[in-house]
Amino acid sequence: MPDAGWIAATLSGARPQAVAALLRYFRDLDAAEEAVQDACLRALKHWPENGPPRDPVAWLVMVGRNAGIDGVRRRQKLTELPDEAVLSDLDDAEADAAERLDGAHYRDDVLRLMFICCHPDLPATQQIALALRIVSGLSVKQIARVFLVGESAMEQRITRAKARVAAAGVPFETPGAVERSQRLAAVAAMLYLVFTEGYTAATGDGETRGALCEEAIRLARLLLRLFPAEPELMGLLALMLLQHARAATRTDAEGAVVLLEDQDRTRWNRRMIAEGLALIDKAMRHRARGAYQIQSAIAALHARAERAEDTDWPQIARLYLALERLNPSPVITLNRAVAVSKAEGPEAALALVETLGERLGGYFYFHGVRGGLLMQIGRGREAREAFDRAIALASTAGEAAHIRMHLDRLEKEAADVGSGIPHASSEGARSGA
Amino acid sequence: MQYAILCYHSEDVVGAWSAEEDAAVMARLMVVQDRLAKEGKLGPVVRLLPTTAATTLRKDTDPPLVIDGPFAETREQLLGFYIINAESLDEVLDIARELGSANPGGSYEIRPTALFFPGPPA
Repeated sequence: MPDAGWIAATLSGARPQAVAALLRYFRDLDAAEEAVQDACLRALKHWPENGPPRDPVAWLVMVGRNAGIDGVRRRQKLTELPDEAVLSDLDDAEADAAERLDGAHYRDDVLRLMFICCHPDLPATQQIALALRIVSGLSVKQIARVFLVGESAMEQRITRAKARVAAAGVPFETPGAVERSQRLAAVAAMLYLVFTEGYTAATGDGETRGALCEEAIRLARLLLRLFPAEPELMGLLALMLLQHARAATRTDAEGAVVLLEDQDRTRWNRRMIAEGLALIDKAMRHRARGAYQIQSAIAALHARAERAEDTDWPQIARLYLALERLNPSPVITLNRAVAVSKAEGPEAALALVETLGERLGGYFYFHGVRGGLLMQIGRGREAREAFDRAIALASTAGEAAHIRMHLDRLEKEAADVGSGIPHASSEGARSGA
Repeated sequence: MQYAILCYHSEDVVGAWSAEEDAAVMARLMVVQDRLAKEGKLGPVVRLLPTTAATTLRKDTDPPLVIDGPFAETREQLLGFYIINAESLDEVLDIARELGSANPGGSYEIRPTALFFPGPPA
């Protein structure tokens, strides 16, 4: 007999596939969601009695379809379908459904369901909320907790986002190769949004945020299983795993940021790192450069360094340059500057950073990095000004506290003339740090 | 007689275990494994990384074909396995090709390991 934990994990694992298949069938998101909801309730009732079905996804799709059809056309006598109570014993029926699910449509169904959440008119937070609601099946209450808003406010947001998505009308035909790869790119970006929301969010408690990272990893894994030869999906999953491997060491007991170079590397999750490295190895064989692969390669160089001082900064600087060429952005240049400061020294990095002032003037990390570099060179007054601006722009108490630590150090330097040059400690900007 | 016990389970379910649940299962397994080791009955124990980290070498074609993902055919059966120490996927693929040229047909599924206990010395 399956235990409750097994059933819960199986239902949440099967949900995206089941909703996706039923969305193609009903061509209506609400109908698909309701049908899966109904099927899950029946699973909770029948699985403990009858034992687990051989293919839970196929079971949910069949039962969900029955339930949906019942609801929509209760009076019409259409095809007779078997009662769900005997389904667990009906191996033939299950095998048949499983075969239809394994068909060419299936992976595009899941991709379509995720792609629906990536509507370009939806702001990032709404894309995330929608994905958590319809793909992951989190309750509105759970999602509201992630964003620290009230349940009814979140309900409204999700309803509005759904209406927008429904109006956009995603086509149900099987996508062509070009469209499929565009969808994959959009979905990868959306999954990374879910991950970074968990990774960097200023709100929510640590547990909720960690759960968000794990959910993003789970969905990326699902997508990679369906599209196993996509190197950028391998890169995305590797990137998430390598970053999440450091989760336990990224903040201290008081919630303050612990820099990469100060983290206790013995507490990094070795299994996640091993998996991330194996995925990068796989992706490299495709010789198809991509932003997630490069970012994961950067994360891998950090993961491979046993001590902070073993980090291969020249190679990281080269990878950021490659990323910059692929995807020009001042934030990436800022990250490259951090790597350059380690590889070549603060002067070379500062020259790079000073070119970014116009575009990154409102960015916390810009002033943090700039202040750090100025401090290393011994331009204390300018460093203090930069740190002051960083504090004004900090979005979490942890960020502000970290900058204040630098300021305290500067104060101490000023008071304690004769001490050596302060220990270099530049704040890495987000990606790869 | 030596036996291999091959472990099958749902990746979704095992993957959904929390760190505590995972550790609890491992701790219970260690109790059994420790006793088996003392009795001289335990050989190597391996835990594999998820199938998303898998690569398959199809050796029923010449040259063999490298495919991303796990072995998916159900008509063929698991007949044996190797544990290989290699620096990279490329190196283990070269080794697999060499083994495959000695024994063409079928497939090799290549899976990085998550844990490896060599077992007590013989």
